[in-house]
Amino acid sequence: MRFYACLLIFLFISVESQPAFAEIKPKQIVMKNGLTILLIEQHSLPIVSVEALIKSGSVDDPFDRAGVANLTASLLDEGTQKRSSTQIAEEIDFIGASLGASADLDYTSVNLRVLKKDIERGFDLLSDLLLNPLFDVKEMERVRRLILGSILSGKDDPTTIASLAFDNIVFGNHPYKNPVIGLEESVQKIGRDDIVSFYQNHYLPKNTLFSIVGDVTEKEAVALVKKYFSEWKNVSPKPVLARNIASPTIQPKKTELIEKDLTQTTVLIGHLGISRKNPDFYPVIVMNYILGGGGFSSRLLTHIRDNKGLVYSAYSSFDANRQPGAFEISLQTKASNTNEAISATLQEINQILKDGVTETELMEAKAYLIGSFPLRLETTGKLAGLLSKVGFHELGLAYFSDYPKYIEKVTREDILRVAKTYLRPDQMTLVVVGNLAEAKVKELP
Amino acid sequence: MSNCRSAFLLPICLLLFSIPFVHAESKGGTPPAVSRTVLKNGLSVILVEENKAPVVTFQVWYKVGSRNERIGKTGLSHLLEHMMFKGTSLHGKGEFSRIVAKNGGTENAFTGNDYTAYFENFAANQIDLSLELESDRMQNLLIDPTEFGLEMEVVKEERRSRTDDDPYSSLVETLYATAFLVHPYHNPIIGWMDDINDLSRDDAYQHYKQYYQPNNATVVIAGDFKSETLLPKVVALFEKIPQGVNPNPKMPIEPPQRGERRAIVKREAQLPYIFMGFHTPNYKNPDTYPLSVLAGILSSGKSSRLYKALVYQQQLALDAGGQYEDLTTDPDLFYFYGTPRPGVSLEAVEAALNAEIKRLQADKVTDTELTKVQNQIEASFVFGADSNFARAMQIGRAETVGAGYDYVTHYVENIRKVTADDIQRVAQEYLIEDQKSVGMLIPKPKKEF
Repeated sequence: MRFYACLLIFLFISVESQPAFAEIKPKQIVMKNGLTILLIEQHSLPIVSVEALIKSGSVDDPFDRAGVANLTASLLDEGTQKRSSTQIAEEIDFIGASLGASADLDYTSVNLRVLKKDIERGFDLLSDLLLNPLFDVKEMERVRRLILGSILSGKDDPTTIASLAFDNIVFGNHPYKNPVIGLEESVQKIGRDDIVSFYQNHYLPKNTLFSIVGDVTEKEAVALVKKYFSEWKNVSPKPVLARNIASPTIQPKKTELIEKDLTQTTVLIGHLGISRKNPDFYPVIVMNYILGGGGFSSRLLTHIRDNKGLVYSAYSSFDANRQPGAFEISLQTKASNTNEAISATLQEINQILKDGVTETELMEAKAYLIGSFPLRLETTGKLAGLLSKVGFHELGLAYFSDYPKYIEKVTREDILRVAKTYLRPDQMTLVVVGNLAEAKVKELP
Repeated sequence: MSNCRSAFLLPICLLLFSIPFVHAESKGGTPPAVSRTVLKNGLSVILVEENKAPVVTFQVWYKVGSRNERIGKTGLSHLLEHMMFKGTSLHGKGEFSRIVAKNGGTENAFTGNDYTAYFENFAANQIDLSLELESDRMQNLLIDPTEFGLEMEVVKEERRSRTDDDPYSSLVETLYATAFLVHPYHNPIIGWMDDINDLSRDDAYQHYKQYYQPNNATVVIAGDFKSETLLPKVVALFEKIPQGVNPNPKMPIEPPQRGERRAIVKREAQLPYIFMGFHTPNYKNPDTYPLSVLAGILSSGKSSRLYKALVYQQQLALDAGGQYEDLTTDPDLFYFYGTPRPGVSLEAVEAALNAEIKRLQADKVTDTELTKVQNQIEASFVFGADSNFARAMQIGRAETVGAGYDYVTHYVENIRKVTADDIQRVAQEYLIEDQKSVGMLIPKPKKEF
């Protein structure tokens, strides 16, 4: 049914990592064609999870063709030179495996989960999808219509509507302003040529990371990759894009109010945030955890939900991508409570800017971020996902043991400093979706 | 279906409730050591040792949910679930969550028709905290009237965002109220808005006293521990809680359905939606296994019948599926759903769904199809064993609805016994018009301002 939006929310709160798992040491192997393998062996269950990450995503969509990366990924399993769309589905389902591709802002991932006994078949299918997609016009038209249907049904979801408006303001002309799925107008314009050229320019071994986790040895993994991916060549009409897209810059603040006949208003407040490579990433993560980063003990939930009963959910997030993503606070409240919830939120931001955080808050936040790390690594799928992000952001193979040290180092002074640097109450963009007559939204101060 | 204390958990719940609840000895995997002990006060304790990662899940399941509510007081179990975080005689408001978080744990709770459950996930060395905190709130909850009033507002916000402002959930709520006339599956788990408004602090406290008894609960712990050291600790903290009177609520008996029912919801929406349910037996009937395989034939993967027919070949729908609920205390629905593509009518999608049902009744599924679904169910069991949380969920739910963890342990072998004849027979017996309730969401144009 319709739970995709919820899944996104869940990803947001997956806080950054930590120790106890210091023994996790991935191996890195670079193949002749430039394909990089990151491997963690785990032999307790007969399962293998693979995330193939292509280091290009919707940020690389051509101008006015938002949605190309997504449509390209969506077509990988819709027919290859060896198998029809139907045959691919039958083969995956018959072995109880899952194999699917999806684009994100910065990258595209193809995820395989398979029983150890079927690993040859799994790699055969993965390789067929990545190396031989047909991009058949009939399939393309069919999938395009499904995507347009999803875009349309997003108009029933106030959070989707609000995010679209918010990103459009906060990112100015940077491609992060567009949803990965694309826009109604842009998806209609995409031609087969756009897809083929995106594929040829980006789906290249030297632009790809394989993160392999589970019941497989290094020898087996390398042999499988050799067997199924050594034919993959770095030929392309143009070299891989040098990624010369300028970083997004702070845009003038703006308030946008969108009318929709609902009982609640959906509120987004925020501005441009930080990139994953920002040296202040760790203090920002700790600060955000205390402010509203997911836990039930955050300041936002304590004050707006527990003490005032205004909301069911309210959280803050820094979407730290390859380039700066958004800092945003998101909440939903009964329309007539909108102004009260907004001003309570701003008060929390001003409070953390003025007084920083207490020693107890800092200690407890670090304890959570460090202590909950093993939970993030429990399954092969979670681990493969995290490992490929470690590879993509070049965080280093020692990441799993170093992370607690980065968190441990954060001080109250750091938090006050990053609050003053990255929270800008005078530059807040505000988007409200809902019954505006009842909400009577006041301009931000 | 399930309501959670936090929106953050929603995906976990939905994912878990939509995969088959399987668990058995895996080929090649080490069978987990599962043990069940009943304490002197009636508390069931199930320990699942799994030492592959240094983490542990603690869950406590109470046999109470919206099934135990009556019109006028619906939503009580769910609101009580929220109040369980608001303080006991030992730990003040908000302390529970704070203690768990500062020890590196995550926690939450969820309410369903048949259960209310609480959990913590921890690094393995923190399990004692769960024992201390959960044994405390099993007996010492305080419900402060002011806190109750505030939390009622939070729950109303939850209802607004989950149901009132979501056209698809509104339709599903209406359909259940149509398919069940008197059985409490008629009511939404979160409660009707007007009922939530009328709940009182004393209602919640009485509900707590009646249902939160060791003899009405199951503790499931899965992960990295040694049973011989953990069990004595569980006994020390939980066995001293006095056994209560067995809550034995009278359950209204649903009269047999004699003819198709229809429910229409008209509201602002971009696309129409169809949701239809058939009354089917639950785990108590051996037909539960062919019905589960049937659900897989219809909607497990892109090669499944509904996706292939409605989405891929006929291109009538954006999505389509069928789902069977086996682990419920009382018989529930086998439901189908579909979202027509823009420009396609609801009637066309309904006709296509009905044609697929007819096909199942007229012709046997092929051996390949049957083996495929059996393979999928077995594989999903092995994948499910990768997560302590998922494994504990399966066992906790099976125990709470009365199926027992054996149901889970023997699930795959029972699924392997299903034949094509069985599937055709259950399709003919249960997926019949007189047992059907059809819900339709019909979009209304946007309100002009």
